[in-house]
Amino acid sequence: MDKIKNHNKISGSVKFLIIVLIIYSATALLNFSITEKAFLNFLQMFIKIVPILTIIFATMILVNLYFTKDRIRKYLGAKSGIKGWLYAIISGILFSGPPYVFFPLLGELKKGGMKNSLLAVFLYNRNVKIPFLPVTIYYFGLSFTVVLSLYIVIFSILNGKIIGWLVKDEF
Amino acid sequence: MNSISKQTTLKMSFLKALKALKNFLPIIIGMLLLINLINLFANSYYSKLFTNNPILDPLIGALAGSLSFGIPITSYIVGGELLKEGISLIAITAFIMTWTTVGVAMLPLETKFLGKKFAIVRNILNFIFAIIISILVISTLTFLHNG
Repeated sequence: MDKIKNHNKISGSVKFLIIVLIIYSATALLNFSITEKAFLNFLQMFIKIVPILTIIFATMILVNLYFTKDRIRKYLGAKSGIKGWLYAIISGILFSGPPYVFFPLLGELKKGGMKNSLLAVFLYNRNVKIPFLPVTIYYFGLSFTVVLSLYIVIFSILNGKIIGWLVKDEF
Repeated sequence: MNSISKQTTLKMSFLKALKALKNFLPIIIGMLLLINLINLFANSYYSKLFTNNPILDPLIGALAGSLSFGIPITSYIVGGELLKEGISLIAITAFIMTWTTVGVAMLPLETKFLGKKFAIVRNILNFIFAIIISILVISTLTFLHNG
């Protein structure tokens, strides 16, 4: 009986999606062309993130397989030292994709013992976007791009230090 | 580890990842749907937000970037177009920085996975840092070009 009850229970995330779909339906009744345009923009955006989501999904399987709590703590945890900071900076720069797709993966790593400071460093360094450098140089010039990227890396460390100090790790 | 236990571990890792995917996918889809609807109304107002005031504009830029949402490359394109319209580079830098580092729209998702305190502190800190970085970038460029 409990099993049936649990099975029928709608999760909070699905409830949220249903509410958004109701808002879309209401907007479509008021102005169909705007809703259609918004939906097409959503589709374009979603198609772009599908490959990243696939990589995230595969990475989550690998993390579950190989990154035991002991390993996460060793490389990204309290005793990871300077190496942990370097891993967070480099992976933050190299991983591409919008930050929200990384939240579930980072959530798993956090549960496994990754420090809050390193989570913040990883997220901040994702703003040094290697694939977008040509666009930034085109609009703002080379010196702007280089100076901005350097400040992002420097401030990511400051960011990590302050967050590590203000938000205590739970392990 | 024998092959049966390897298979079991792989299956369990897959199921765990699938459970996480089932949990976060509806939120991501819902957020993207909602944001694209709001963006249709917001995008045409960017240039009207700025005042050409050197103190107010970075703050306005940072606020606009914090509330905006989209793939990061869009922020560079919108920023580039705003630059052509005569908006100051310091305001645009703050706009680009908060667009990519502050996610008001994604705060519920960040809170869910990384914790409420972490998400709030990180976003506030990133907002302040965006303004500081925009001032430092422009000061450094001015120094380099004049030096």
